[in-house]
Amino acid sequence: MTENSLDTSGRHAAADQASTERAGASANAPGSADSPAHVDSSVPSRVAAPPPGGAGRPPRPTLGRRAAAFADSLWRPGLVLAAVFAVWWFVAAREYVPNYLVPTPGQVWETMTGQWSELARHTVVTLYETVLGFLLAAAFGLATAVAIAYSRTLDKALYPIVLFAQVIPKIAIAPLLVVWFGLGLTPKVILAVLIAFFPVVISGVAGLRSTDPELLDLAATMGAGPWRTFRKIRFPNALPHLMAGLKVAVTLAVVGAVVGEFVGASEGLGYVLLLANGNLDAPLLFADLILMSAIGIVLFVLVEIAEALLIPWHASRRAGVSLTTS
Amino acid sequence: MTAAPAATGTAIGMSGLTVRFTTRRSQTTALDDVSLDIEPGEFVTIVGPSGCGKSTLLKIVAGLVKPTSGAVSLLQRPVRGPQKEIGFVFQKAALLEWRGARANILLQAEMRGMDRAQAARRADELIEMTGLTGFEKALPHELSGGMQQRVALCRALLHSPPVLLMDEPFGALDALTREQMNAELHRIWRETGSTVVLVTHSIAEAVFLGTRVVVMSPRPGRIIRTFPVELPAHRDYAQVMSDPRFDRLATDLRGLLGSAAANH
Ligand SMILES: Nc1ncnc2c1ncn2[C@@H]1O[C@H](COP(=O)(O)OP(=O)(O)OP(=O)(O)O)[C@@H](O)[C@H]1O
Ligand SMILES: [Mg+2]
Repeated sequence: MTENSLDTSGRHAAADQASTERAGASANAPGSADSPAHVDSSVPSRVAAPPPGGAGRPPRPTLGRRAAAFADSLWRPGLVLAAVFAVWWFVAAREYVPNYLVPTPGQVWETMTGQWSELARHTVVTLYETVLGFLLAAAFGLATAVAIAYSRTLDKALYPIVLFAQVIPKIAIAPLLVVWFGLGLTPKVILAVLIAFFPVVISGVAGLRSTDPELLDLAATMGAGPWRTFRKIRFPNALPHLMAGLKVAVTLAVVGAVVGEFVGASEGLGYVLLLANGNLDAPLLFADLILMSAIGIVLFVLVEIAEALLIPWHASRRAGVSLTTS
Repeated sequence: MTAAPAATGTAIGMSGLTVRFTTRRSQTTALDDVSLDIEPGEFVTIVGPSGCGKSTLLKIVAGLVKPTSGAVSLLQRPVRGPQKEIGFVFQKAALLEWRGARANILLQAEMRGMDRAQAARRADELIEMTGLTGFEKALPHELSGGMQQRVALCRALLHSPPVLLMDEPFGALDALTREQMNAELHRIWRETGSTVVLVTHSIAEAVFLGTRVVVMSPRPGRIIRTFPVELPAHRDYAQVMSDPRFDRLATDLRGLLGSAAANH
């Protein structure tokens, strides 16, 4: 029985049919009426003509168009930022607030450029802790999510622990971590992992559980094992949820690293912040804050880019593509 | 579990299938004592009112739903879990939204570990046959409902399964494309001799394609009657439509379905 291959050769009616379909698609310019399917009745059993109203695929956005869209997304927040900056500059320059509390943008700029090599070193330290913590949180979080989504037992066993780990105030256990692991890299990374872990688990579980049961049925009729089903269906299906969780996680990882540095460190932006605070060095403090935010923003954007590359098919990423007629 | 089905020779054997779904709010008897034997190479079409358990019946045969009581055999082996000697077309297309049309069809090959080059060639044949040429890379949301169904059909045919289970595969097609797909499916079935079970709401489709038409009652689904279709094995759409035997059978079916619904 299996020898019976469903032979389809010797049937080339579709060749010219394809051009019909394409012509039909291009004729579907906005506003033009759908042309009825034209069927060549001389070839009886062939499938012809596009379904009425079926349009061809919209063209993929070009690089230029994407750059324009990117620029378009920037000008509004840019404007707000400029306004905030102007207010800051105005307030500080007029000394409505004394400069030792709020320095002028110029002073901050001077500090930033003057102490650049020092600041850069500390930024790299914090960035390293953050990225390491984020990656570990992503890996452990995903593994935990898979365990929870696949096993009822592990679900019952792990979920309460994950929740418990989340509700302990991380800042409160930071000193303990320093006592245990010293002043080096370890406690900061652990703190970053602890803070960033939760959103990854929650989003991962939600994503893995959102698989259409019909798709799992489909996989079963294809005789696919759990690994193939995970790789080809469940994991890609979970990606949109997971990416949302990772975006939250990456910004939280910065918080974790900085809090770790507050409690005990000899380098990193958190350490510099404490130092600046102690010396009432407002310009340094502001420069430091700007660098911290920059780390968060840059990492967030990187995850966004990863998302755009990984799930271009998802509805959340499609908006605008269908509006290419203008 | 009652007596083993599997009279020798049957491709699909169902005996005494009863299915009750218990949800928090209610209990539904979807199928009530359904028995049906299908010979190899038969093309059985199932018609019945909405909600009478047609989809459930197909899923039982595929091993995706466990009957409350009764037994099923597929290719003379008892069905105890998901079956893979089948091609299943689900009622909704069930495509992976991140894959293009061709990649969706090739999922079948990837999941089964089939030979890549051979599967790719076969996928291209099927794409051509179902008129999807030019849309190989289109994502499901860029395809019309009917095109999505055709992709799902190609996916179910890719591995040349000995048994095809199809749940309203042409429901979202316009009348014309539907006729053409019917003719195409008829040809495939004739050439391959595979066993097909097809659920449909179209009486014309049921008669044109089937060697036997099974009529089911409203919920709880029972088989009211089965009609052998006395038309030549090799059918032409236009000829069948003008055949008096087609008219008679179609009228009978319509009457039976109508009265079944009225009695309910
Ligand atoms: N998983 C489920 N849980 C609870 N009830 C279910 C489930 N699947 C089906 N049912 C119920 O079983 C009955 C039969 O469903 P089924 O999908 O088999 O109908 P159908 O004949 O395919 O209908 P249609 O023609 O509309 O597709 C329905 O009343 C439905 O509510
Ligand atoms: Mg159904």
